[in-house]
Amino acid sequence: MTNSSTASVSTESNKSLWVAFAIMTAIFAIAPIWVYPVFLMKVMCFALFACAFNLLLGFGGLLSFGHAMFLGLAGYTSAHAAKVWGWNPELAVIFGTFSSMVLAYVVGSLAIRRQGIYFAMITLALAQMIFFFSLQAPFTGGEDGIQAVPRGQLFGLVDLADNTNMYVFVLAIFLAAFLFIWRVIHSPFGQILKAIREHQDRATSLGYDTDKYKLLAFVISGALAGTAGAVKALVFQLASLTDVHWSMSGEVVLMTLVGGMGTLFGPVAGAAVIVSMQNYLAELGAWVTIVQGVIFVICVLAFRRGIIGEIANLIKKPL
Amino acid sequence: MKRKLLSIAAAAACALGGAAQAQVTDGVIKIGVMNDMSGLYADIAGPGSVVAARMAVEDFQKTSKAGLKVEIVSADHQNKPDIGSNIARTWFDVDKVDAIVDVPTSSVALAINQVVREKNKVFLNSGAATSDLTGKACSPNTVHWTYDTYMLANGTGTAIAKTGGDTWYFLTADYAFGHALERDTEAAVVKAGGRTVGKVRTPFPTQDFSSFLLQAQASKAKIIALANAGGDTVNSIKQAAEFGITKGGQNLAGMLMFINDVHAMGLNTAQGLIFTESFYWDLNDQTRAWSRRFAAAHGGKMPSMVQAGVYSSILHYLRAVEAAKTDTGTKVVDQMKASPTDDPLFGKGSIRADGRKIHPVYLVEVKKPAESKGPWDYHKVRATIPADQAFRPLAESECPLVKK
Amino acid sequence: MEIFGIPSQALFGQLLIGLINGSFYALLSLGLAVIFGLLNIINFTHGAQYMLGAFVAYLGLTKFGMNYWLALLVTPLLVGATGVLIERTMLKQLYKLDHLYGLLLTFGLALIIQGLFRNEYGSSGMPYPVPEVFRGGFNLGFMFLPKYRAWVIVASLVVCLATWYVIERTKLGAYLRAATENPSLVQAFGINVPRMITLTYGFGVGLAALAGVMAAPIYQVNPTMGADLIIVVFAVVVIGGMGSIMGAIVTGFGLGLIEGLTKVFYPEASATVIFVIMTIVLLIKPAGLFGTQK
Repeated sequence: MTNSSTASVSTESNKSLWVAFAIMTAIFAIAPIWVYPVFLMKVMCFALFACAFNLLLGFGGLLSFGHAMFLGLAGYTSAHAAKVWGWNPELAVIFGTFSSMVLAYVVGSLAIRRQGIYFAMITLALAQMIFFFSLQAPFTGGEDGIQAVPRGQLFGLVDLADNTNMYVFVLAIFLAAFLFIWRVIHSPFGQILKAIREHQDRATSLGYDTDKYKLLAFVISGALAGTAGAVKALVFQLASLTDVHWSMSGEVVLMTLVGGMGTLFGPVAGAAVIVSMQNYLAELGAWVTIVQGVIFVICVLAFRRGIIGEIANLIKKPL
Repeated sequence: MKRKLLSIAAAAACALGGAAQAQVTDGVIKIGVMNDMSGLYADIAGPGSVVAARMAVEDFQKTSKAGLKVEIVSADHQNKPDIGSNIARTWFDVDKVDAIVDVPTSSVALAINQVVREKNKVFLNSGAATSDLTGKACSPNTVHWTYDTYMLANGTGTAIAKTGGDTWYFLTADYAFGHALERDTEAAVVKAGGRTVGKVRTPFPTQDFSSFLLQAQASKAKIIALANAGGDTVNSIKQAAEFGITKGGQNLAGMLMFINDVHAMGLNTAQGLIFTESFYWDLNDQTRAWSRRFAAAHGGKMPSMVQAGVYSSILHYLRAVEAAKTDTGTKVVDQMKASPTDDPLFGKGSIRADGRKIHPVYLVEVKKPAESKGPWDYHKVRATIPADQAFRPLAESECPLVKK
Repeated sequence: MEIFGIPSQALFGQLLIGLINGSFYALLSLGLAVIFGLLNIINFTHGAQYMLGAFVAYLGLTKFGMNYWLALLVTPLLVGATGVLIERTMLKQLYKLDHLYGLLLTFGLALIIQGLFRNEYGSSGMPYPVPEVFRGGFNLGFMFLPKYRAWVIVASLVVCLATWYVIERTKLGAYLRAATENPSLVQAFGINVPRMITLTYGFGVGLAALAGVMAAPIYQVNPTMGADLIIVVFAVVVIGGMGSIMGAIVTGFGLGLIEGLTKVFYPEASATVIFVIMTIVLLIKPAGLFGTQK
């Protein structure tokens, strides 16, 4: 998918990125004073999910319509590790990330062979299989999900049942993962990925094994989506079917679209908007779906750059 | 030893609490009615439960001398545990809600049960069925009102098995409730001398039961038990008629049915169905009077036992808060357990150590169209099961709160 | 008599049920295949348009007394008209962009339509009566087949084959297929290609609505009826070959049968078998069983 961001590698244009990063960190650090911390943690988890997805879509040009499988599977595996095996939270999160990484490798190897619509359809189909697997498998608890997941003691020392401690934990993971994605995008690997997105055949003619690059991007994206899912399961102490359902895959596309595909901060903004909307419109029930649909339509027709994309276009600097 | 330490700590906390002990936190009792407002169970609970809740608050304030301020809030959990537990958390952390009531859909109820226990609030469940709420998952903060899978199985299952229905095939909704209902019914059937010849899990919810019903038909079981509820039950019954299953000599047993289901199906389809429930609007003068009041506020629709349960549980809860002079979770529930209940809807009953509210239960049969005098006149009572026999005996309970 | 350990009665019964489900898969994937074949757009709104068809029939009956037969005629036209509107106002603008934007637009539209109906009607089903003439059934020995369900199989077969015939064997169909290959050349011949595209989309949508009307008496009419079905239909279209009409029909019925079989031998897998097949087909023959690589 093409986008009109003008990201370059020069250090001068990086200034805008650093400023934006500082603003974002400040917001997340201070906001819990006024805003319900659990809500903010939810925003961060989905922001990470969307950033991971954007790595694949915005920078890799690959639309995966089944990304929920990584979010959800990691949620189940980390919940299981924390509850049934009694692992510490940091180990549970790592385990969740790892399981999604493995899944991403398998799915990616199958899906990468095809492009465009076919790629999206394969990811959708495989995600549906994961959904039905989650529905049937005994360890996932079917409709009940895995409930009463203990948050545990971080490194055996810090009790994460305390919302403040948990918040710091989530914030740290979010920022670290975000910086990692930033690094990936602004590395030679990221450049080649963008080249493949723009014109795959030309990249091949330059001697790059495009399949390997796409697969690696897919795996990184899936793994980080898994991190988001694992952390989310610990925050809410619940892993459920909602996280593997295809509507969740649709939501992350929406977040990325609204925020701005192909921008670094777009997904974060998009996640904040969509999660807030869901939260504050919750009493209106089905209106949330309608509003999401309207946003989708408007974004596709008239607002393809997304929030951050428009801002970036305005100030003529990459974001 | 541990018990002594706990009581010393409690006493110290109370002493530190000081004046706060004599009144409720932040001066308001907030009750949250959480259920399915727009989906499968919207008719049996839904906005009707909110109506019932408001009636309970009204009636409490009429006779109460405590001058308590009571507020009702409500939310839709859409039958999803993650949405439900999210709402519960926000309600407790941000909105200072003190008690959550209703919550049909067993998977959500179990999730709320957890959160309530963590935050030491009160959970008065009127809508969910799983007997695990007073079994494995029992909690000192939870009271399970109205009904549960054991009561249904014991009532309907035993009654049918004893009158010739000795081979059973189960159509089970594939979630906590369905599994619990199937388990408890099978146990009751076996105890009454029957046996299970097959079972099939149906995705929850399902529109088309044709292939499952065919399997039931092929099994030649005398009784096809529908371990499901709401729209699933209505669909299964309608489609069973379509496929000539009932004509072919097999009988359907709706293990969980509500008057709203009968209303949706019409007496033509529903006549003859036998099931168990703990409240029927036309039982006696008191239930009639209350139900008419309810119907006037709810578009002419008669209350289901779930909505009646919301009324009763809130009334008893508020009385307990007044008596215990506190709204701390476990303390109020202890008070509720200490005083027997007597209300116009469920008659005389009490709450046991495991949180199970017991009351008499009725085996009803759906009238033939000719026997009914008008809309909502659907049930005739075949038998009454006394309170102490209707629910799982404490001796068989898996609840750790029960001292054996 | 037993086949592979299952009584033949149960087997044939399940196969017949499978065929009925397959009729809906075929009808819906036909519409999708027609739309994708010509417009290269994955019409995610298809499930919502199927639901619209069922609702229009339901509302037509309850508010205007429109009977089933009238509904079969009127509903596809009405809903097809909304499809024309969508194409004219929104889809048209996306043709010059990446095809995935079309997918996202139709996904958004599906959310809107479904949300509006869910808001109004909740998510439990509305009853729609089986038309008088189809009440009752045939006793086939191994099962009792309701007349209405037999009608569904026959009707969808007829519609599917008629559509296939028009597209593959008539002049109109030839224009359609030519316009897919090379729109500018066909336009140069004086054929109004944009109008053909608009009408084709409308036709595909109308097919979805028709399926909805036929589904109303069997499945409860409810706002979410298309949502999970659409993903299965996608899989059918992909397996059959994205632009192939015959592929969609054959795969639709075929999948219904396979699903029926799976329900007998290994019911837990009945929901996933379609996706497994789709993945295998995509790996071996990405254009689908009947499709040709574009």
